[in-house]
Amino acid sequence: MSQAGERPHIVSSYDRELESIQTHIMKMGGLVEAAITDAAQALVDRDVERAEAVRSADKAIDALEELITEETSKLMALRSPAGVDLRMILSVMRISGNLERIGDYAKNIAKRSIVLADEPDVNESAAALRRMAREVELMLKDALDSYIQRDEELAEVVIARDREVDQMYNAVFREFLTYMMEDPRNITHCMHLHFIAKNYERMGDHVTAIAEQVVYLTSGQRPDNDRPKADMTSEIKLEE
Amino acid sequence: MYDIPTLQGATVDSKEIKFKCRDCQVYYGDNHAIKDVSCDLQDKTVTAFIGPSGCGKSTFLRCLNRMNDTIDVARVTGDFMLDGENIYDKKVDPVQLRAKVGMVFQKPNPFPKSIYDNVAYGPRIHGLAKNKAELDEIVEKALRRGAIWDEVKDRLDSSGTGLSGGQQQRLCIARAVATEPEVLLMDEPCSALDPIATAQVEELIDELRENYSVVIVTHSMQQAARVSQKTAFFHLGNLVEFGDTGQIFTNPSDPRTESYITGRIG
Ligand SMILES: Nc1ncnc2c1ncn2[C@@H]1O[C@H](COP(=O)(O)OP(=O)(O)O)[C@@H](O)[C@H]1O
Ligand SMILES: [Mg+2]
Repeated sequence: MSQAGERPHIVSSYDRELESIQTHIMKMGGLVEAAITDAAQALVDRDVERAEAVRSADKAIDALEELITEETSKLMALRSPAGVDLRMILSVMRISGNLERIGDYAKNIAKRSIVLADEPDVNESAAALRRMAREVELMLKDALDSYIQRDEELAEVVIARDREVDQMYNAVFREFLTYMMEDPRNITHCMHLHFIAKNYERMGDHVTAIAEQVVYLTSGQRPDNDRPKADMTSEIKLEE
Repeated sequence: MYDIPTLQGATVDSKEIKFKCRDCQVYYGDNHAIKDVSCDLQDKTVTAFIGPSGCGKSTFLRCLNRMNDTIDVARVTGDFMLDGENIYDKKVDPVQLRAKVGMVFQKPNPFPKSIYDNVAYGPRIHGLAKNKAELDEIVEKALRRGAIWDEVKDRLDSSGTGLSGGQQQRLCIARAVATEPEVLLMDEPCSALDPIATAQVEELIDELRENYSVVIVTHSMQQAARVSQKTAFFHLGNLVEFGDTGQIFTNPSDPRTESYITGRIG
């Protein structure tokens, strides 16, 4: 892999445009990380105000995605990027899409936490969800770091870690299923908690997709191995 | 699992090799202009030569039909095998060779003669037609291949120099294909043309690919990306990278190529 991407362009305004797009991506990444943290904390603290803040912060994430789409399409039309520039632009478009989706899941968690603020706790479930949130948040942080540093190795580590999130999801899925079978009065909040867990699981998939973009960007190759898939819940039946 | 066809699926690589070039050197006096270049040029393929000015694109192109023979200070060594025969072999007649390996230049250069005579010139000196009817046929076919027949069929007797720049260039391409060449060399064929005329010539190049091996030198990377299937990047007389055009423009393997195609300070 060549190092030409580190040299400046002959036309310096081209570099400034690329930098501007990079800055938006990093800003977006920061907002999404904060949304994950805040949504998780709002759930634990039954903090409706904080949950509302997450919902409205999502608008800024969406706006950044639109800005990135606008700037990248303009750059494609006017500069005809090639080589490492082309790969960067293509990854930026996908990464911003992934970040936007993760933001949506955080918003959805915040919404559900507002409903759950009036519901009783279910055993240890909040702690399990907190662990999922923490794992996804760390994965996202590493994925974004690997993007900034063009660190293919770190990106591969992130991809491998998605398995853990899947396994956590399997565990809480079974747990919620048990509570719901034990007492139908648990169904409402267990359903919400389950969707929250599912949201974290989906976030993990989008973070993995970001890490895959880093592999593409640095190596020019799509990651060849099939992604580890450890979400088994699609095969679970109620009766054994 | 489904079999998903890939973009690379077009089996360009199974094409026959038209030109096999090995260990090629060109000197202009002391100036070592082409350094140890080896490459295979495929049949029915457009190969683009790209690289900064003075890197040797035109020099290497001119080796392929011995146009460098006409330059006193030029000295060419190495193997240039066209269908297995070295074109620098003593028994090869350069004039015959140039009918087989046609050339189109940067500036359209029709002879100051009629459109008909411009195209008929080559077939006449090579004795390709037995009579006027056959010659008419050859001229029409060439003008059609040059994608200019419809525009000139009613004025074959008027002067070739009276055509627009784009038409002149297509006339020159028709003239080059009139001798039934197997390889067409083009040295920046569109640099004197406006965007519409350029698009017409590019469309023509794409059609020519069905029958010929086309090699085009261009300083426009977009053009190389648009018209070619293979791209060769030259730098300071070296052939730095040679590969599928799609790969060269998305994921080149040499940093010098990457710098050049992305417009970086190399
Ligand atoms: N007719 C010539 N006589 C002497 N030197 C030449 C001649 N043509 C080209 N050169 C030299 O050979 C080198 C390569 O030139 P050229 O093949 O024209 O490059 P390009 O087509 O890539 O711009 C340059 O250094 C140029 O000065
Ligand atoms: Mg030249």
